[in-house]
Amino acid sequence: MSVKSLEEINERIHKKKAVVVTAEEIIRIVDEKGPAEAAREVDVVTTATFGAMCSSGAFLNFGHADPPIKMGKIWLNDVEAYGGLAAVDTYIGATQPSETRGLEYGGAHVIEDLIAGRPVKLRATSYGTDCYPRTEIETVITKDEINEAYLYNPRNAYQNYAAATNTSDRTLYTYMGVLQPRCGNVTYSTSGELSPLLKDPYYRTIGIGTRIFLGGTQGFVAWPGTQHNPSRPRAENGVPLQNAATLAVIGNLKEMSPRFIRAATFERYGVSMYVGIGIPIPILDEEMVRSVAVKNSEIFTKVYDYSVPSRDRPCLGRVSYAELRRGSITLNGREVPTAPLSSLKVAREIADVLKGWIAGGDFLLTQPVAQLPATANPKGLEVKAGSQAANVAGGGAR
Amino acid sequence: MKRIKALLRFPPNRAGKPITYHLVKDYDLRINILHAEVAANRVGVLVMDVEGQEEAIDGATRFVRDEGVEFHIVESAVSWDRDRCIDCGACTAVCPSGALSLDQKDWSLVFTPADCFVCESCLKACPMRAIAPAIGGTPAS
Ligand code: SF4
Ligand code: SF4
Repeated sequence: MSVKSLEEINERIHKKKAVVVTAEEIIRIVDEKGPAEAAREVDVVTTATFGAMCSSGAFLNFGHADPPIKMGKIWLNDVEAYGGLAAVDTYIGATQPSETRGLEYGGAHVIEDLIAGRPVKLRATSYGTDCYPRTEIETVITKDEINEAYLYNPRNAYQNYAAATNTSDRTLYTYMGVLQPRCGNVTYSTSGELSPLLKDPYYRTIGIGTRIFLGGTQGFVAWPGTQHNPSRPRAENGVPLQNAATLAVIGNLKEMSPRFIRAATFERYGVSMYVGIGIPIPILDEEMVRSVAVKNSEIFTKVYDYSVPSRDRPCLGRVSYAELRRGSITLNGREVPTAPLSSLKVAREIADVLKGWIAGGDFLLTQPVAQLPATANPKGLEVKAGSQAANVAGGGAR
Repeated sequence: MKRIKALLRFPPNRAGKPITYHLVKDYDLRINILHAEVAANRVGVLVMDVEGQEEAIDGATRFVRDEGVEFHIVESAVSWDRDRCIDCGACTAVCPSGALSLDQKDWSLVFTPADCFVCESCLKACPMRAIAPAIGGTPAS
């Protein structure tokens, strides 16, 4: 069954002899030569995505001032960062809006400014302690002047994502872009047949510890992402039919590039961050090559009506990514234009960069330290009656 | 004969006046409405192709302004910052004219200013804020 081991593939990468192709290129190769020959010939397939990923942010350590301060409230370019860690550690979340510029500037913009090497204003206050007497600080930092700076994104790289439309009579401003009234458009967000988790649908090779491309440098899969849900219904080829697995990822911000991490503002919704992720998939056997050769016409998603502001939005139909990519789909018997939100062009660039790294011998593939969970049971949040909630709040005191 | 693309901006409650009727009847202009966003109690926008004698267009411009309506000659449609753009395609979801589209081969954004209605929908739809209004810079006269 097994064609080659990961060790053999790494040996070939090391000798710069590995055959590396992108997840789009492998489709043509399998069509021409069949899966058995493709599995023998190709060692690694690169996948990539470049889309808005709200659940992102960065840990920073500023170093100590003299006299030192135990930072309690922290702002970077007037964007509040979390002050509940040790004296000069913080976490800046991508979606936090600026206190002076609203939704036009936020945590993601701070992160992009830092990556680009631009100076960022740091302001912090504290109550002062015997060991940290300073109560206020205002200064300017750059990524080179602070200690650690690393991205840690709790939920990225969604395995499939719903498409959005709007049946109401008014324009909706959402994280799926501007949705025009009366089903005026459909938006979707994926790189489809190039997207990492769609090409390894059962997480055989992508797991905790997997070395990846993140924002222009090498990063790692740190953990299953939040709301990781591998238990979704799947098509016969194993690909989930809607939002399923997710990844938490980590990487050194100082080495990243603003080409692959970009701050975004979704009108009347908020700040988000476009994150570039690339994941290599080792071709261990024929089964693996079949998974990576799945095409847009064999990957499906559901179209949801975003005008219903509920956890359970009505589903208006199922479409393939080949249909969505064509520029219009038929919805309730009517032609509706479609538009992507994630950039296929930049995703292709990432898949090519990663291909170059691996072919050049600079990027070895990893065996997951642990597999991603194969099942999950994500929960909704129940709103409990006030008195019950009050009892819980007081519970600790009794 | 001269041909321009004009953008008229009506203050609230001024949208009811038959301005285009006067432009056609009194100034003998040929008008082709490209885009209209007119509603009571709100600022209205009208974008049109205007063709006529140069003096007539000048006269019409003065007439429109005397009515309290802004009149701009639009040359460059909206301006698109190629460096800021990531070719996501979010703007194509709202563009009514097809001036913004994605190349189906390499998936880069293609902007065709000549097709643009200047409806400005794309300004809000672009998450990179890569599109800016180009009017105001070229007021007529
Ligand atoms: S202003 Fe923008 S959305 Fe409107 S027609 Fe021009 S390019 Fe298209
Ligand atoms: S929405 Fe903005 S960034 Fe995206 S393709 Fe259009 S202009 Fe470029």
